[in-house]
Amino acid sequence: MESRTVELWVGVFVALGLAALTFLSVRASNLAEYRDGDAYTVVARFDNVGSLRVRAPVTIAGVRVGRVSAIDFDNERFKAVVKLAITARYNNLPQDTVASIRTAGLIGEQFIGLDPGGAPDTLKNGDEIEITQSALVIEQLIGQFLYGQAGKGNKDGGK
Amino acid sequence: MNNTQDTAAGEPLIQIRGLSFRRGARVIFDRVDLDIPRGRVTAVMGPSGTGKTTLLKLISGVLRPQAGSIKVADQEVTTLSRSSLYALRKQIGMLFQSGALLTDLNVFDNVAYPVREHTNLSPALLRALVLMKLQAVGLRGARDLMASELSGGMARRVALARAIALDPMLILYDEPFTGQDPISMGILTRLISALNKALGLTSLVVSHDIDETCRIADYAYVIAGGKVIGHGKPQDLLASQEPLVHQFLSGEADGPVRFHYPAVDYRDDLLVQAP
Amino acid sequence: MSGPLQGLGARTLEGLARLGRAGLFLPRLLAAVPAQFLTPRRLARQVFSVGVLSLVIILVSGLFVGMVLGLQGYNTLVDFGSETSLGSVVSLSLVRELGPVLSALLFAGRAGSALTAEIGLMKATEQLSALEMMAVDPFRRVLAPRWLAGFISLPLLAAVFSAVGILGGYLVGVKLLGLDPAPYWSHMESGVDFFDDIMNGVIKSVVFGAVVTWVAVFEGYDAVPTAEGVGRATTRTVVTASLAVLGADFLLTAMMFGEH
Repeated sequence: MESRTVELWVGVFVALGLAALTFLSVRASNLAEYRDGDAYTVVARFDNVGSLRVRAPVTIAGVRVGRVSAIDFDNERFKAVVKLAITARYNNLPQDTVASIRTAGLIGEQFIGLDPGGAPDTLKNGDEIEITQSALVIEQLIGQFLYGQAGKGNKDGGK
Repeated sequence: MNNTQDTAAGEPLIQIRGLSFRRGARVIFDRVDLDIPRGRVTAVMGPSGTGKTTLLKLISGVLRPQAGSIKVADQEVTTLSRSSLYALRKQIGMLFQSGALLTDLNVFDNVAYPVREHTNLSPALLRALVLMKLQAVGLRGARDLMASELSGGMARRVALARAIALDPMLILYDEPFTGQDPISMGILTRLISALNKALGLTSLVVSHDIDETCRIADYAYVIAGGKVIGHGKPQDLLASQEPLVHQFLSGEADGPVRFHYPAVDYRDDLLVQAP
Repeated sequence: MSGPLQGLGARTLEGLARLGRAGLFLPRLLAAVPAQFLTPRRLARQVFSVGVLSLVIILVSGLFVGMVLGLQGYNTLVDFGSETSLGSVVSLSLVRELGPVLSALLFAGRAGSALTAEIGLMKATEQLSALEMMAVDPFRRVLAPRWLAGFISLPLLAAVFSAVGILGGYLVGVKLLGLDPAPYWSHMESGVDFFDDIMNGVIKSVVFGAVVTWVAVFEGYDAVPTAEGVGRATTRTVVTASLAVLGADFLLTAMMFGEH
């Protein structure tokens, strides 16, 4: 085969491969989420993080504004320490914003939802979110429900 | 061992002393001594399987012997480093049994290959050189044919042109006459001696074709059973009375190399009752 | 009773010896790789015969595998009412596993066996010896360009396989089974992580490319220089390379997707 033709086909092949890679990266993955640009970090402590993972989304009003950058353990206060990386654009979150661990759907992956408060000061890099709501643990829910039912039963039965 | 050839130019080009080579349990060479004189065509003959091709590989350093010394142009081949070995090989041309041309190249590029690899000649000089080599073997007009399109005889001639491309001091021929028709054989024979004379080469021909080899060789060795069983000028060897040399050179069916593969007694074998 | 055991022992020893030779072969091969970039034309020719000529089988197989994933995925998900996540199921299966592994297996069969046969034939016709005698390093001229071509080609082929597979899943899910196109892509975009899934898949196909081509080139170089020997070497390439891919896949998957 002519050298020219060979080189042409090799060029086409490599271009096709790179195009496939680009397609996969851009259209078929969450690459967009990584192009957040600058981000600042705030900390939130939880009693229970459930199945929250690093790189889980951080949302306000359902819109993604950042991601979980680290999950550590505080050995003194025995709480989970979660670092949130929030895109620099969203820099006017009030100091009394609440961070809750929520579940996408009923059995989906867990993420952090922020509910802004009304305080005048805003969260800066390194600040801590004071008010947090831990993940719901199914066993505790069931336990509460059962004891709740039992209590009602006692009240009725003990009459 | 001493040289008995007349007026060879000084020291022999290849001096082998005490060569011992084993492949697994088989002894191929057992303390063999050989001298290949400069500027002459020397033949090494012997029955199939005596390791004649192995000898060429030992001389060119592809294989290392268990014991012995092989000196080519005063260099001890058995202890050369890879780079020194490569440097030596540039001065040795080898003609393989099948030609061994590179099948993805045409005739011109095959002959030009060693020149391109090891020299920096301009394209014009390269072309002239290649054409001269092809002319010497009579295939200048075939320069554009693909290597895979050549007949066996033509392929060997192109391989010969490639072997002399860098004007080596030594050419090794591995069974050049095997499987050739009479015309090709005649051409090849003539080329080997003509080139040897014209270019002042030393040629070492390894073969089991007695007639052709004796026609062109100035000196010959006969190797069998891992040892040199005879050496001398071809006409002296042909007249030799030594049994193994005689059987080999006259092509007798039976002699020291037996016709019958070892078996039990014939009569007993036939008369065995079937169970 | 000693017969079969002896045979097994002999074959094991032979296999170990071959593994040792392959190990000694690798550094010589890799040492000759950098020089390949000085001869881009020869490299391009090898990429053509190894990569471009494998495109058709990769495209067709990728399409079919993607379509089957679409069908099977839909059938399973619809029972849970989650058929809208078909996009992420198809693309995760392809990008993490099926793309790199299946294209490596196909590559071993098509390009790997061709490489072994070609190199084995060169050995049998004494071309490799002729190169040595002309003081040309056969590793530089014959073996390294073919290895590098395979190493470059397989990741590209794996990406094409996955991409075409995703399109195949789309064809089946959206065009054939009537799913909404938007959730197919949006679930995929949120469900597939660039680093965890795509990059890991790329890493896998790079490793596979190195291993499969190493096996193919080595078996050709090591083949017994007869017609029968070349044939056996070719078979060994396909078997060994396939097993190596599956074994490496297990190791890589365990390392990459182990902790969660």
